[in-house]
Amino acid sequence: MNIQETIITKLTNSLALSHIEVINESFMHNVPPDSETHFKLVVVAKDFDQKNRLQRQKLVYQILSTELSGAVHALTMHTLTPHEWEKDKSISTTSPECLGGSATDN
Amino acid sequence: MTENPVHKRIQQEIDDNPVILYMKGTPVFPQCGFSAACVQVLNHLGIKFRGVDVLQDPSLRDGIKTFSDWPTIPQLYVKGEFVGGCDILREMFDTGELQTLFQGHGIKGNEE
Repeated sequence: MNIQETIITKLTNSLALSHIEVINESFMHNVPPDSETHFKLVVVAKDFDQKNRLQRQKLVYQILSTELSGAVHALTMHTLTPHEWEKDKSISTTSPECLGGSATDN
Repeated sequence: MTENPVHKRIQQEIDDNPVILYMKGTPVFPQCGFSAACVQVLNHLGIKFRGVDVLQDPSLRDGIKTFSDWPTIPQLYVKGEFVGGCDILREMFDTGELQTLFQGHGIKGNEE
């Protein structure tokens, strides 16, 4: 299983998801071709009800802690409740561009 | 928690600086797109802030993560309180919550 699949599997197993997008954006960065270092996540889960932004992202960070302390260098994420997602499906802020800094860790 | 000398240093810094951004690179020369995006938002609002380059100090780079219990950099603190990283900052900016947060703390940007 590659990292992208691992991320999807872990989030699917840990959260009551209604929508998930895991986009490998590594090609935008200073890493070798086919790397799995930079990801963008859109996670829509009931688990985020009653949680603020910090708590939501922390939850995702915890689920993916192994990946984050290993190969994954950067995660951009949007964490929404099913209700918020229904109201606005346009959430897809552009991710920051790489400025070439450290290529190996977060 | 305050036993750790790096945590002690961070606590002092966030107490002393109303708006402080732990980042990669400097506000003038950010070395990471996420850090650059945070600087851009703060500059856009005209908020005065202190930028601390974690790349200059490996112990700080690790220490800020354990201090905040947050695995990534950049990290923004306002009046001693952890606000979040790049995604949160940009979302709060988009909804206007960030501007409200600064106003609530009496931190003036260029719109007042």
